[in-house]
Amino acid sequence: MRKSTLCLAVTGALSALFLAMLGHARAQERMAALRRQPSAELVKRLGLTDLCLFTEARYTRHPAMADRHAAFQDHPMALDHFPSGALLAPPAFPSPHAPPPPAVPEHP
Amino acid sequence: MRPPLQRYRNILDFALSSLLRRKGRNLALISVYTLVVFVIASLVFFVQALKREAHELLAQAPDMVVQRMVAGRHDPVPLAQVEAIRNIRGVDEVQARLWGYYYDPVFGGNLTVLATEDAALAPDAIWIGQGVARSMRVKEGDLIPLRGYDGQSNLFSIQKVLPESSELVSSDLVLMAPKDVRALFHFPEGLATDLAIQAGNPRELPTIAAKIVELYPDSRPILKTEILRTYEAVFDWRGGLMVVVLGSAVLSFIIFAWDKATGLSAEERKEIGVLKSLGWESSDVLLLKFWEGTVISVTAFLTGVLLAYAHVFFFSASLFEHALKGWSVLFPRFRLIPALDGYQLTVLFFLTVLPYTAATLVPSWRAATVDPDAAMRS
Repeated sequence: MRKSTLCLAVTGALSALFLAMLGHARAQERMAALRRQPSAELVKRLGLTDLCLFTEARYTRHPAMADRHAAFQDHPMALDHFPSGALLAPPAFPSPHAPPPPAVPEHP
Repeated sequence: MRPPLQRYRNILDFALSSLLRRKGRNLALISVYTLVVFVIASLVFFVQALKREAHELLAQAPDMVVQRMVAGRHDPVPLAQVEAIRNIRGVDEVQARLWGYYYDPVFGGNLTVLATEDAALAPDAIWIGQGVARSMRVKEGDLIPLRGYDGQSNLFSIQKVLPESSELVSSDLVLMAPKDVRALFHFPEGLATDLAIQAGNPRELPTIAAKIVELYPDSRPILKTEILRTYEAVFDWRGGLMVVVLGSAVLSFIIFAWDKATGLSAEERKEIGVLKSLGWESSDVLLLKFWEGTVISVTAFLTGVLLAYAHVFFFSASLFEHALKGWSVLFPRFRLIPALDGYQLTVLFFLTVLPYTAATLVPSWRAATVDPDAAMRS
């Protein structure tokens, strides 16, 4: 067999697998709502605000609810000492937790 | 076969023979290249899928959470505020949430204790997440002791273990009746941890938040959009681990491509000289080098992406688990739902395949344009 035939066959097989991967992802996405249902129901029923990803500290367990100055929450110079602090990006500026704008448009 | 196609196949055959002559070196090259694509693609798939999960699941979160701040820290909210906030126009529902953290000294994990008024919850019973059940090695019907504020053990029977499919939001949860939460933590009556607010019209939320701050200047409203933005920021590619991993992967790739681009080996130069003296055109040599680059880069790209997909979506990104776990004792086990983005796959392709192919072509073009005699003598 010619080497090019073998090479084209391997590339073709890999491309077919790549297409199968895209198909699998699409099929999974179609079933996603069903798979998410138990979690979504729990979030709605219990009023949950965060994903349970990092459980070692308050501000990593509930980043959306954390103090404004997390990770320096214990005292102003307390550096973050949990490894997952490396995964959490510094807050956006202006902070997502910044107070809402003071302008209060009157309710119609 | 048509002659032009035959010509391409002949050159491809020659390119493959040339690659096989340096088998060890090229296998090492494909392995490194595949590894780089694998790491970058795994990270992209993982972050994208988590972002999607956060977005879809937290879309069900309360429209707004109101905390009370005392000296820059959270403090329980008086329940008297519930009625006052409910009277603000546009507010549909105000729910006082009672929750806190419980550190279990036996297995060293942090649990999130949350009060629920679900009628199905039996007295003195609790519902726990899968992570809690796994860490404490308990099941439905077992009793677990939780140490109260006074040091006394409080026994609770496990009525239900929350479904595995909800682990991404419930792994560390312990749900109990409000009176049990108050008794366990000595949480004063008339206070709640925070308030969850639902509004009929999401566009009114900033106005409602402003009115709450006006009414209670020590309060801190957190809008759902801010919760979602927090997760966007957490998994932002510019932040934390993403920068470290992507940075090192891209850097190693640049070094790798630079090494290729800085020139050909004497043997390769000589080979080009021989080919040219045999009558090969410069364009033939370039085509040969293009095929060599394409075979390596396309194989590495496809293999790397396929391995990354299997790693993230079939093996739950097990290689990232240690990095994600950090110091957590209690870690959720979850299968992510693929969220492939054509844009990201295209960027990945152009970031990995094109630079490599270009990097192999430039030195070949330089070698192909020199005199064959000079190339062979060098």
